[in-house]
Amino acid sequence: MINTVNLVKIYQNGGVPVPAVRGVDLRVERGEFVAIMGPSGSGKSTLVHMLGGLDVRTSGEIWLDGKRADTLGESAWALLRRQKIGFVFQFFNLVTNMTVADNVELPALLAGASPREARERREHLLGALGLTGRADAAPAQLAGGEQQRVALARALANRPSLLLADEPTGNLDSRNTRDVLGLLGEVHRDGQTIVLVTHDARVASLADRVVSLLDGQIVDDGAVRAPRRRPRGTAGDVVELRG
Amino acid sequence: MRPFLLALLAKEPAHGYELKQALEQIFGSAYPSPNIGQIYVTLGRLEKDGLVRAVDVEQSNRPNKKVYYLTAAGREALDDWADEPSEGPRVRDEFFMKLVLAPMTGIADRMTLISRQRRHYLGLMRDLNEIAERTPGEDRVALLLIEGAMLHLQADLDWLERCQEDLS
Repeated sequence: MINTVNLVKIYQNGGVPVPAVRGVDLRVERGEFVAIMGPSGSGKSTLVHMLGGLDVRTSGEIWLDGKRADTLGESAWALLRRQKIGFVFQFFNLVTNMTVADNVELPALLAGASPREARERREHLLGALGLTGRADAAPAQLAGGEQQRVALARALANRPSLLLADEPTGNLDSRNTRDVLGLLGEVHRDGQTIVLVTHDARVASLADRVVSLLDGQIVDDGAVRAPRRRPRGTAGDVVELRG
Repeated sequence: MRPFLLALLAKEPAHGYELKQALEQIFGSAYPSPNIGQIYVTLGRLEKDGLVRAVDVEQSNRPNKKVYYLTAAGREALDDWADEPSEGPRVRDEFFMKLVLAPMTGIADRMTLISRQRRHYLGLMRDLNEIAERTPGEDRVALLLIEGAMLHLQADLDWLERCQEDLS
């Protein structure tokens, strides 16, 4: 699904080169859920932005679905995103003069869905995220956590083959995080490929694999496994009260 | 278990089996179902220390049962328990010692230790997620305990990240 080869991003800051991503080789299989973790400034957001064509690489290669993508122009990337990629931004980027419902339906309509399909998909996604009652609101009327969930619904509207997300639960309280975890789990079970940047261990622990970045390089890459199988474990086993 | 039994007896006198049922009812799955033998042993010790006293209550067709009630000294011990601050969880001492000492001796690399520990914490988090999913929504005490454990794990992971930044 995704393959990067020696991917590098160097920003120019007043003539001073600042390396953000320093030679990343990352391979993600179709249907895989990969969480990217690491301290702030480790290059996580830059990496996921490059995978979505929202940031131009300095050198190296990006392959999506077996096709070279890093050499595409802006309009070709826009087309690719419309067809295949859903992106959840850290700061939502909702269209301010459209309702929540229209924000979510738009990508599906652009991708060629019928109005009815787009509406049904939107109703399902907003329902799963506890936002059914907010469909007719404008983004500015929503709290930050609500906008963030709308951004996730929008990214999933056209059933993209790849979901990219930058801190999709950064503004959410526990209960809303649980809704997001539920939806991510659902689409992942349906075969959705997911690559997301997160600090939230609850999100990362759902992933098949966690990639850790430090100073723009991968320092760890491995599967997440529950330490022991306890088919009937309860809270009492984990949080042991001592008498 | 001593203060828990004192607290339950402060509410009303009870016999051993009632105390076991009360713990199960209040904590649900958040407290491993207490062993009745353990409850009687603890009650015996509390009685010896003068914190509770027992009276025999006659039952028709059955042996007498012992009903326990709180003494003034027991009430005082319970007040002390409620008033004193509880020890908070500390930094994982053993991992911290490993992190500091292992690289000195050349037996392990710090980054490897941190990465392994991170995977372990994430695995625990996955376990907690699964337990939370299986816990019924009305079992609020259990869910709060699970959430507490999750928040502690998140703090441990954030701290690992700090170690990684500063020690690399």
